[in-house]
Amino acid sequence: MNVICLGISHRQAAVDVRERFAVPDATLNTVIGEMSALPGIAESVIVSTCNRVEFYAASENASAGLNTLQRFLEQRSGPVTPEFYLLDGQRAINHLFRVVSGLESMVIGETEILGQVKKSYAAAAEAKATARHLNKLFQRAFNVAKEVRTKTSITRGPVSVGSATVDLAERIFGSLSSCEAMVLGAGETSELTAKALLSRGVKSIFVSNRSYDRAAALAADLKGEAIPFEEWDQRLHEIDILISSTAAPHAIVTRENLAPVMHQRPQRPLFVIDLAVPRDVEAEVNDLEGVYLYDIDSLKAIAQQGIDVRRKEVVLCEQFIERHVCEFHAWLEAGRVGPPQALPENICTRPQS
Amino acid sequence: MDRLPLVISTFCFLVAFAYTVFALRKGYYRPGRRSLVLIGTGFIFQTIFLHHRGEQIGHCPLTNLFEVLIFLCWSINLLYLVVGHTYRLSLLGAFTAPLVFVIQVVALITPFDTPAQIVTHPNPWAELHAALSVIAYGAFAMAGVAGVMYLVQERQLKTHHLHSLFFLMPPITTLAIANNRLLWAGFGILTAGLFAGIMVGAPVGWIKMGWGIGMWLVYLAIICARRLGPRRIALLSLGAFLLTFPILWGVHFFVEKARILAP
Repeated sequence: MNVICLGISHRQAAVDVRERFAVPDATLNTVIGEMSALPGIAESVIVSTCNRVEFYAASENASAGLNTLQRFLEQRSGPVTPEFYLLDGQRAINHLFRVVSGLESMVIGETEILGQVKKSYAAAAEAKATARHLNKLFQRAFNVAKEVRTKTSITRGPVSVGSATVDLAERIFGSLSSCEAMVLGAGETSELTAKALLSRGVKSIFVSNRSYDRAAALAADLKGEAIPFEEWDQRLHEIDILISSTAAPHAIVTRENLAPVMHQRPQRPLFVIDLAVPRDVEAEVNDLEGVYLYDIDSLKAIAQQGIDVRRKEVVLCEQFIERHVCEFHAWLEAGRVGPPQALPENICTRPQS
Repeated sequence: MDRLPLVISTFCFLVAFAYTVFALRKGYYRPGRRSLVLIGTGFIFQTIFLHHRGEQIGHCPLTNLFEVLIFLCWSINLLYLVVGHTYRLSLLGAFTAPLVFVIQVVALITPFDTPAQIVTHPNPWAELHAALSVIAYGAFAMAGVAGVMYLVQERQLKTHHLHSLFFLMPPITTLAIANNRLLWAGFGILTAGLFAGIMVGAPVGWIKMGWGIGMWLVYLAIICARRLGPRRIALLSLGAFLLTFPILWGVHFFVEKARILAP
């Protein structure tokens, strides 16, 4: 039996191409049923996310199986474009293991894809579209993803300004459930940052803006409290996190503002995030004990550091994956009757990495 | 030969420390099982050594500076095994292992293990006083270690230079709380130890009394100085613990000298 994969991803194709071949949840069971009924396709799993659409199958003849899949896709969604990759044997196995490990993701090492592939596999298994080979393949893939995550640093460290902010907040306060935050300036960047903090459980958010109406609108959106701009510094003693992103031409958060507040609360740190250019917060604020000031450049540098760490880890991840691919391929070969089959070179393409 | 369990235990701490350094440099350190197993094994061998020594001398093994240092290491490990998991401070092991290793090596290579007089009927209050006092210093050692971790984490946050260690260490707020609670725990145990000392009923030399009351006052001052902020408290708890060693050696030196010169 051969494992084959026909797919398209964010690396090769734009969203307008991907969405043409996407299989929505509502029709997933029907499409799996149709795919399983194709001649020469013994088992099948469809992985359809916003970044990739991939059709995995087990077939006695890899070449014929891929041709069948290609025709099936063309009947369903139109011509299969050159961006598609057609993989068989070790290359298909290797690709699936890379996908679940997050190596093929837009953000290297992200873990959401593992949940999505698990869901896709569960749907196929429920529709009785999988059997011995794909069951074993996907179970092995989930083990590979777990091993890669626990034995390498591929998932470690923030990779965006938002995740850097949240990670830093958690390194300062631990759980954010008892933290209160204040947003100064109701811009888009501060809104996104506040939402990232809210998603990690920040207790409440105050919003202050020169235009009170905008502050009220954002506060309503964040389920927080709007406060007049003239009063923001009177509420400083209540907060743990300050996100500032105003259009002020000079610093509005100064050492003089914060020193008395910090003097009153020596045990309670304050995390200050300055997303504005020109900066809203005086650099000297960072010298105050218990105050941790990060501006947009330092957050970007931390995110870049995280990306670099993950890129370096890819080599180590590939070593783990290679070992599992060889083992799984050996298992497949052991169960095969007759010589191994290879695809003609002209129809095999490898996804660009 | 009776020191063999202690040598094995010291080796365990060396391996735990070496593994942590190696794994951190390679970037795949995961606080957890391996260092816990090594430190746990080291703790078991320490316990075996102290048990044998106690049986030999018929006394709680706190009769000379060597035994005090080993008992202190045992207390540090005991507290790590209890507190490390309570506060999810698994990486605390990475910091306690080198501390315990250094103290045990110093104890093993220095001539501190002078034979003590065999006491047939030891005073239980005196034994309780000695044991509680050393366990209290174990707690202060752990507070010092939590203080070091706080200072490392705080420096990284302030300078924005985040090493791989940063994401493995506990939040600074947790470290500040752990530091504070360990100081309180140590202070409580030390107070109980001093109370047991009063109950002994025998006259005590002014050096020992001065040392006991002096350290009690130092730690009382530290725990009452919360307004100084967690950074200064971390520095003070580290400084106070480091101060313990030269003072302990000094007290031992003068007490021994007084004993020799006594008519």
